[in-house]
This record gives sequence, structure tokens and C-alpha cells, in this order.
Amino acid sequence: MLVATVFSGFGGQGVLSMGSTLATAAMLEGKYVTYLPAYGVEVRGGTANCTVVVSDEEIASPVASEPEFVVAMNQPSFARFQSILQAGGLLCANSSLVDTESARGDIEILAVPTSELAGKLGTLKVANMIMLGALIRASNMISYDAMLDNLEPILGEGKAKLIKVNREALALGYTYAKE
Amino acid sequence: MKRLMSGNATLGEAAVLSGCTHYFGYPITPQNELTEYMAKRMPETGGVFIQSESEIAAINMVLGAAAAGARAMTSSSGPGISLKQEGISYLAADELPAVIVNMVRGGPGMGNISASQSDYFQATRGGGHGDYRTLVLAPGSVQELTEVMPLAFDLADKYRNPVVVLGDGMLGQMMEPVDFSGLKRPPDYEKDYILTGAKDRPPRKIHSLIFDTKLQEDHNWKLHRKFQLIEQNEVRHETYLADDAEMIVVAYGIGARIAKGAIKRLRQEGLKVGLLRPVTLWPFPVEMLQGMAKTVNDFFVFEMSAGQMIEDVKLALGGRGRVHFYGRPGGVIPMPVELSRIIARHYYQAQARGRKKQR
Repeated sequence: MLVATVFSGFGGQGVLSMGSTLATAAMLEGKYVTYLPAYGVEVRGGTANCTVVVSDEEIASPVASEPEFVVAMNQPSFARFQSILQAGGLLCANSSLVDTESARGDIEILAVPTSELAGKLGTLKVANMIMLGALIRASNMISYDAMLDNLEPILGEGKAKLIKVNREALALGYTYAKE
Repeated sequence: MKRLMSGNATLGEAAVLSGCTHYFGYPITPQNELTEYMAKRMPETGGVFIQSESEIAAINMVLGAAAAGARAMTSSSGPGISLKQEGISYLAADELPAVIVNMVRGGPGMGNISASQSDYFQATRGGGHGDYRTLVLAPGSVQELTEVMPLAFDLADKYRNPVVVLGDGMLGQMMEPVDFSGLKRPPDYEKDYILTGAKDRPPRKIHSLIFDTKLQEDHNWKLHRKFQLIEQNEVRHETYLADDAEMIVVAYGIGARIAKGAIKRLRQEGLKVGLLRPVTLWPFPVEMLQGMAKTVNDFFVFEMSAGQMIEDVKLALGGRGRVHFYGRPGGVIPMPVELSRIIARHYYQAQARGRKKQR
């Protein structure tokens, strides 16, 4: 199994941290993984994207030609990256900011209203983790339970007090995607 | 235990574990994370970190530290490496060890901050003025940096010569799981040339100003003999699915990763394509290519430039076989699928030519 995901959105939406969180979780699960950020001379509000490849065997190229999954956190990213998604691929769109109508009939779209869901937790900052929870549920590319168990090393030093809210955010997205 | 780390940070840690005690640098994207890492890590290990006022100052600080016997390095990208060339020429002339990291970006001129392979000529042809060579190592993954960095410091000390680690913006920025447990610190070499104060021994001098042309010629031949020795002993390369290949792709560094992705696709379609990845760009794996040319007729060079390494491939092959090329200069990172289509086209054309010949 080799699965490539492109995460995209505004700088500041936690797009790169979504990717590195998934990559770390996959690594801790014993999988091969590459994380490739792409950014220009960025400022908050500019575009950001990264590619994460998760595999059971050694990964040749960290660049993905036709990813299985795309996460689009804003409209420009939705427009740009839906075209590279492979046929039958899944596009997870942040429907709080994105009009999820696509001209492509050969892809699936999972609309996740991250802002509304994040409102339940009282902070918009975890919108990315809600989306990640939804992606993990929809893709099955890593084990959700193992990820929750490893949340401390995944988030890294100094983030201990954020474990609870991140766990809740992941669960919120995971449950949303299930329903 | 494995850690998910960027190429730049891994490079810094690998340098520290290789016994590097002195880092001098001036910031430039896409290698800033390395300078940042060293700013934090060097003081922790009792080493020296200096953010110099310029790239030229940094390379001359490396020269000074090496003259005093320290294991020293600097890093930069494209335009910054150009500024360091005078110092690199002096290091080679003075026969001082040093490691210079170039995380190549799109050029020429100021260019951009995307990954590129445009500095191959500069790195492998010496770069600065005068008759000299630098060893050039081209790592292809984040994990490989844990082998390449100790090797770079070892070769620098062993041959008393500057060693260039030629990465690129993508290798610096991307993160992969890294395990440092296999990293062996290179040995400390006896240094009978360093300047440590001449108490109880005759004074030494390190200089490259040799007015007497005969003496300068002697010095140049001495360097040349050293470079011949390096060419004999230090060639390194990797092959991938090359044994039964009818076409060999030659690519290095991150270009080789993209090529591997393309070759995987082509193999699924039944095309017999393999890879030769030079790990040392100088010395270049000449004999390996010549050996392959006995059974393979078609060589496909892929570079993220308009074509630089292709000259070494052609020199090595000396007119044997057919050399194909695909390049993307300017910081463009091509997709494996794009490369695989181009390779497939050349592959089928080569097969058609072969059939024609048989008829």
C-alpha cells in the first residue's frame, strides 16, 4: 500500500502541521513516510501545501503525481488541487470556507464544516485537527487508535496541555466522517 | 529510535555527531533551518557557532578554524556558494579540510528558492580559480545524510581537501524518519600541519602565495596526484533495478528519487529500465558507466537543470551507446509520471531503432 495526500490551504490554517502530524503518526506506527512542504516566500494568508506519502514499503519519490487524497482548506486550494486528484480519489474540503461543487464526476467529496465543528470546542485553531480526524476515518491510511495513544510524542515537547483539545478535535472530525 | 526530521536539521545533527565543532554561516533560503539548528546545537556541545557578516567571512572563518586543526563547516545556497568560491580555492591550495554544504536553489543570478540541480558544474569543476578539485557528495534521502556527513568530514581530513555536499532545496525542506544509531564518528587524523603555536618545535606556515613558478608547478602536481588518488579510491554510487535493464537512467540527489518513482511506474508496464545514481559527483562513477555500456546501449540522463551532468556521462561513455536527456531547470520539480512518459517514449524509440538495425 502506498498512499499520497496533498494538504492545502492558507498559511496559518495549520496545513503544514496537519501533514507533519499525519507523517509522525504513520512513522510511529512503523510505516515508511515522506513529508514534503511546498512554500514560497510565505506570509500568513499566503498559500501553503504539503505532500505526505505513507507506505508499507520504501518510498521512491516524495513527489506525488496523482494523490489518492487531497485536503483543501480554502477555495483557491480546492480549485487548484482537485485536478491532480486521481480518479476515484477523495477530496476533503473545508466546507466552512469552500464551495464544494466540482466539475469532476470521478472523485468523491467529503465536506467538513470545520469552523462550525471547531466552534463546539471554543477555538478555531483546531480546525485542522478536525479535518485530520475526518481524513483518517475516511482513508484508513493509519490506525486512529494508535494515533490517539501516540498523541504525546506526535505533538512534541511542550504541547502536553494541548493534548486534550487535540484529542477532542480529532474525535469530532472522526465521528463527523463516520456519520 | 526514528525521528521525523527535515533534511536541514538532520544535516546539522549528523555534522555534530561526526565531530564538527565549528559552524560558520550566513542565512539564505532554502538552508536556513540548518543554520538555525546549529545556532541551538553548537553551544550545547561546547562547539562554536558564528553567524558571520557575509558568506565570504564565513568561508574564511572555516579556513582559519581548519588551519588551527578544528573540524569546521559552512553552508549556503546558490548565490552564497558563489561568494565562497575564493575561500574554497584557498582551502584547496592550502590543503585544508572543510565541509561546504550547498542546498541548491533555482538560478542563475538571484533565482528563486525552489529546489534545483543547477550548481553541478560549479561544484564538480572546482568552482573557484586555479587548478583544483573538490570532492562532491550528493545525498538522495534524509536518512542518507547520516552516512554522507561523516563521510564528508572523513574525506576532508583524509585528503586535506574541501568536500562539497550538494543537496537541494527539496532535500533540505522535506522530512523523513531518521535513525542516527548507525552513524560512526570519523577518526581524528594526525595533523602535522596545523598552527598551534611554535613552542618547542620549528614554526609552520600555511600559505598559497608561491611566486616561484617551478615551486607552484610542483605544488600543482602534488595536488594533481592527490586528485588522481581520490579518483581511484573514492567513487561511490547506487544502482536500482539495473541488472536486466535495457535503458539506464542516470540521475543524482533528489532527481534520482523522482527517477525511482518513474522507474517503478515503468517496471509495472514491463519496461526494463534501471537507475544509476552517482553518490560522488566528483569523482564520477566512470568505470561503472563503462561497464554498463557493455550490455546497455541507451542511457537517459535526468537533471533538474538544462543539462550539466550529461557532459560527465558522455565523457565516461566516450562515444559508446546513445545518450538521451530530459531536464527541468529553474526550480521546477517534475512529477514522476511526467518523467516516466518521456522515458517511455525514448525507450520505445530505442527499441524501434534496434529492430530496424536487426532487419
